[in-house]
Formats: sequence, C-alpha cells, structure tokens
Amino acid sequence: MFNLQGVRALGRQSLAGLRTLLLFTVVLGIAYPLVVWGIGQAAFGWRADGSLVTTTGAHTRSFADAAGSSLIGQDFKGNKWFLPRPSAAGTGYDPLDTYGSNYGPEDPRLVKLIKQRQAEISAREHVAVSAIPPDAVTASASGLDPAISPAYAALQAARVAREHGLTLTSVQRLIKENTTGRALGFLGDPAVNVLMLNIAITQAHGS
Amino acid sequence: MPALLQILVLVLALGLCIRPLGDYMARVYTSPKHLRVERGAYRLLRIDPDADQRWSTYAVALLGFSLVSILFLYAFGRLQQLLPLSLGDKALPASGAFNTAISFATNTDWQWYSGEAATGHLIQMAGLAVQNFASAAVGMAVAVALIRGIARTRADGRVGNFWSDLVRTVVRILLPLAFVAAIVLVALGVVQNFASPHVVHTLAGQAQHLTGGPVASQEAIKEVGTNGGGFYNANSAHPYENPGPFSNILEIFLLLVIPFSLTRTFGVMVKDKRQGWAILAVMSTILITSIGLLTWAEMAGHGTAPQLAGGAMEGKEVRFGTAASALFAAATTGTSTGSVNSMHDSLTASGGGVTMFNMMLGEVAPGGTGSGLYGLLVLAILSVFVAGLMVGRTPEYLGKKIRGGEMKLVATYILTTPAIVLIGGAIAVSFHGGLVGLEASGPHGLSEAVYAVTSAGNNNGSAFGGLTSGTPFWNILLGMCMLLGRFVPMLLVLGLAGRLATQQKVPPSAGTLPTHRPLFVGLLIGVTLVVVGLTYIPVLSLAPIAEALK
Repeated sequence: MFNLQGVRALGRQSLAGLRTLLLFTVVLGIAYPLVVWGIGQAAFGWRADGSLVTTTGAHTRSFADAAGSSLIGQDFKGNKWFLPRPSAAGTGYDPLDTYGSNYGPEDPRLVKLIKQRQAEISAREHVAVSAIPPDAVTASASGLDPAISPAYAALQAARVAREHGLTLTSVQRLIKENTTGRALGFLGDPAVNVLMLNIAITQAHGS
Repeated sequence: MPALLQILVLVLALGLCIRPLGDYMARVYTSPKHLRVERGAYRLLRIDPDADQRWSTYAVALLGFSLVSILFLYAFGRLQQLLPLSLGDKALPASGAFNTAISFATNTDWQWYSGEAATGHLIQMAGLAVQNFASAAVGMAVAVALIRGIARTRADGRVGNFWSDLVRTVVRILLPLAFVAAIVLVALGVVQNFASPHVVHTLAGQAQHLTGGPVASQEAIKEVGTNGGGFYNANSAHPYENPGPFSNILEIFLLLVIPFSLTRTFGVMVKDKRQGWAILAVMSTILITSIGLLTWAEMAGHGTAPQLAGGAMEGKEVRFGTAASALFAAATTGTSTGSVNSMHDSLTASGGGVTMFNMMLGEVAPGGTGSGLYGLLVLAILSVFVAGLMVGRTPEYLGKKIRGGEMKLVATYILTTPAIVLIGGAIAVSFHGGLVGLEASGPHGLSEAVYAVTSAGNNNGSAFGGLTSGTPFWNILLGMCMLLGRFVPMLLVLGLAGRLATQQKVPPSAGTLPTHRPLFVGLLIGVTLVVVGLTYIPVLSLAPIAEALK
C-alpha cells in the first residue's frame, strides 16, 4: 500500500471520499436537522423551544415572557423558597457551564462539603442529620437538576408554609401536585420539580 | 424492584427488535438492487457501487474517506468563527481541533471542550453530527466486510464495496432510525431550535442564560450510532438532552439496538442463524452481568462520601435515580457510546471499575455499531484456535481454516488496543503535562488517567470528567490513542476478511468444534475475560481496586 501506486489509489479514493462527505454534509448536516426542526416546531413547538414557563406557570415560547424553563433548575436562595440541590454548574445552575463536581467517592473535599451542607440543612429545617436525603447534600450531574426528591421537599414544607403564611397541608398538597412518580411505575425515580413547585407556592400565596 | 423492571423492559424491547432489524440489515447488505436516491447519489459522486473490492481496495477507500473527514472537521473547527451560527464562539485551538476532528471521525466523541461554550450550532450539526452518521457507518461497513469474508464460498478474495456499504448504511439504516428517534425526543422535551443563549429573569429575580440548539436531531444519531458526543457539556445528564425517565430509557435502547441486531445480521449472512444467537448470547451475558454489578454498586453506595450522604447521588440526577443511572453507565461503556447521564468520576469505586472494565473488554458487549461485532468475531476466532490447540486439530470457524496467517492478524488485533492503552497511560503519568490535568490524587487520580486513555484507545469517549484534558499534551496524546485505536484494528480486521474470503469452505467433520452450542458460548466468554483480565488487572488493582479497598 505504501508504494506510488498505493498513494495514487489513496488520492483517488480520497477525492471520492470528499465528494461523498460534501453530499453527507448537505443531507445529514443541513437538511436532516432542518426537517426535524420544521416538524418539531410545528407539532411540539413549546417543547422544541425549551419548555419555557411564565411566572404563573403558563407555557410560553418567548424568552422575554419566560421566568425560566420547566426542565432547567434555578438557583433559589433564601427561606421563602423550596431550595434546589447543590450545583456545580458555574456559580450554580448556569446553563453556560453545565457539569457535575466530578469529585470521587473518597475525595476529602466532597466529604467536607457534604458535612457542611448537612449542618446547614439541619439548622435551617430543624431536623436531624440522619433525616436528610442524599440528593439534598450532593451536586447533580448536569448542575441543572430541575428536581429534588419528595423526601427533601417534605423536609422543607414546614419552613416554606411558615414563610408564606400557608397551612402545612396546603403546601404538602402542592408538593404532591408537582411530583412526578416513576414513569409507568418503574422508570426513573420520583421527583419534585422545584421551579414549578415554587411557582405554585407564589400563586397560592397571592390568591 | 423498579430497578429490575426497567432492565427487564429494556431486554424485552431489544429482544423484539433484534430479529426484524437484523433481518432487514442483512437484506440491506446483500440486496443487488440500489434505491433510486442511491443511484442518483452514485452518479453525482462518480462512484461505481457494484465493483466487488478486494480487502486492500476496500481499506484504501475507507482510509481515504476517514482522512478527508478528519481534515474537513479540523478545518471546520479552525474556521468556525467565520461561519454563520457560530454564536460568537472562537476558532478551536490547533491541538483541540486536531483532537476533536479525530474524536468524531473515529466514533469516539471524546470531548475536551464544553459544547455550550466552544462550539456553535453550525459545527455541531454540519460537522460533528455528520460524523456521527459517517463514523458509525464506517464501523458497520468493516463488520459487514468481515462477515462477507467468512460467508464467501467463491474463494475470490472479494469483500464487497465500501461506498455502497457506506451509503446504504446511512440511507437505509441510520437516517430513518435517527429521524424517528429525533421526532420522539422532541415530543419528550429535547430542544430543536436555533436560538442563541437568551437571558431570562428567573422567579427569584436572577438572570439565567437559557441555551438552545438543534439538539434532538443530534441526540438521536449520537445514541443510534453509538457516538456519545454531547451537544452540551453535561451530555445526556442535561435536561435538554434527556428530560426524563422515558427519554432516558429510549436513549439506552437506541444505543444498544444496532450492535445487538447485527448479531442476527451475521447469522443470516453466514446462512446459519444459530451462529448469530451464540454471539448474541455472549454479548448479553457479559452486558447483563455488568448491569447487575453496576446497579448493585451504585444502590449499595459504598465509599466514604456516599455513606455519609446516605446514597450515591453525587453526579446523578434525581429524575433518573441510582438505578437508571447505573443502567445507562453500563450500556454506554458496554457499547462504544460514551454518552453519560451521570458523572462517572463520581461513581462508587466499584461502579467506576466496572465501567472501566467494560471498555477494556474492547467494547464487545455489545460494542459500537459494527466495531462490537467484529471485535467479538475476532475473539471467537481466537477461541476456536485455543480449542483447536487443546485437541490438536487445525481450528476452523464456519468452514474457514484458521492457520498461521489468520492467527497473526488475530493476535496483533488482540494486542493493539491494550498496547495503546497501557503505553498511553504510562506516558500520561510519566510527564508533568499529563499529571497537571488530574483533578484527584492517589488511586483516584490514576483512575482518571487510565479511564481517559482506555476511553480513547477503545473509541468510547466517556470520561472521568475531573480530568482537565483541554491541554495540548492531553489533546495530542488522546488524539493519537483514538486514531491508532480505531484504524489499526480496522485494517487488521479487513486483512483478516480478505484472507478468509480467499478460502473455500470446508465441510464440517467429526473434529469440528460446533460454534453455536452453550459450550462455545462459555468458552468465548472465558477467553474474552481471561485475555482482557490478564492484560489489565495490574493497572486496575492500582487504580479502582485500590480505591475500593481503602
């Protein structure tokens, strides 16, 4: 293969390869995504545009009207909100820098962070450290996790109810309404959407 | 219980698809007829799709196409700031463009960069996603050439036509599958738009940049073609790539369906379907074992941090939980995909060890599109050779004698990837340029380095993400690992296909080892585990095993 004839053959085949690649680029690289875009926009426009919601939880396709995406977590801080999981995306929930912490299971920095987070949550929610679920003290893979576990939501219910002057049962009802169970009963894990829950809380508070 | 049920449903769904898809693919690769669009394409490209090529011609065509792909992608990366839809992203640095061009043209999809920060929409869809199709098709073409070499009875040394295999794979298999999958993914919430990052004012009054992009179209072929390169840095953990439990199980299904179905295609093309089932049995046994081990490891959650937190949720998403994350991790490393829905760096020590071992097996359970099948067929030939030695007869596989010439190619194939991985790993930890990239120290730091070269050498593309790999040192080292780890084995397989295609079939005799019985399935599993185990146990014991025992 490494003689002159071989080099010529490689050159000839590479030219055929170049023509093929250019055709692929037009068909697979331009036409295919455009067709998927066309069908997606026509049939599932809201989802194709990022599942945006307004402050009242209504669907919107305009970034200007949106208070966020129902799929993307937000960096809620302060006692009046249901708080999300720790995030390693940028300074927290930054879609321009998505990632996990990538700390290994024996990493002393991770051990320290978990202890610190447990102490904070224990003080804030007045619960024993043993009652705190794992998702509350660990960073997600994307740094944009929109959800917390039902256990972590339940832990925060009393505080949020107090802050908003709502009854505990009404807050617990809102948690339930914003919980997705396992799909079909066995796929994935039960999850509470933090943004949608906080929207529901502000709506309940306002009414 | 839910953990078991979702594995069961996945197995069931795959089980239902293997026969029809495998039969269909066999027709694609054996039909003498061209579709009308294909005929038009061949005319436009000035290609003769009917020339039955020798292995060397087939290999030169494959190398020519891949070479052009790499150069084209390199130029794309270096010039992206001049092109539309770049979102203001700058040109990739030279070593970075080198790495990425090789990475996507070799079906690896190792990513040193962060998608949302470094690559605009155009390079993603017209550069990277095109290679997601093309590199998958190249892998399948090599597998089909090997099948033809085994199946040929005319002894004319011909293994098919590379261009027709390439075009047919794209037109008749990958594009239809990816198209349907992409639409379903949009319906489930994966985005498909051309928006640049927009600021929204969040409920709590902060600013958050929401990103867009033609994600669904790329996500579909990323899984179907066992590529794994995420549109975003967080890959399939990103809610816009993988919004929920349904999209999650769909993506796992998509990345397994072609590699498994190709076993049926093999059985049909060699005119003995039992041979395909035997290969399928080997793949399934290994994959199901590793799914079991990984699920156990993550749900048990051993290790200091998981124990303290009460569960191994670091680097995992709540909507998937530990079970669906472990399932994804096993599937993505058992194939050559490398997309992730959890951060492998944060898996438990034993869980991370299983993902590494999966890749070290050479990704044969079920492996990448095409590469998994040809990898396992090479191991099958090694197994009949080992069995032949035991009884003192010339070994044969499906009527083809396995002699010295064939065994030289097989032995070189078996040694190539471990040599790349171990030498690459030794280089990485011997130089300052390699060590500065490691995020952790001690055994976990070694795991990061070994995972990277294993992933590159086996064309997987997943990472222990703590590694900062965007430096010239790592970009070039891993680029070379990917390049050699892809094309050296491919050339050896094509050479083997050529040799087998020159042989007449010999009828089975009393001394022939039947290669469709459980005995052979067991032997093949054993050979696979022993060969790989002996090669890698020293380095594994210094890295994840040392960490797990700590």
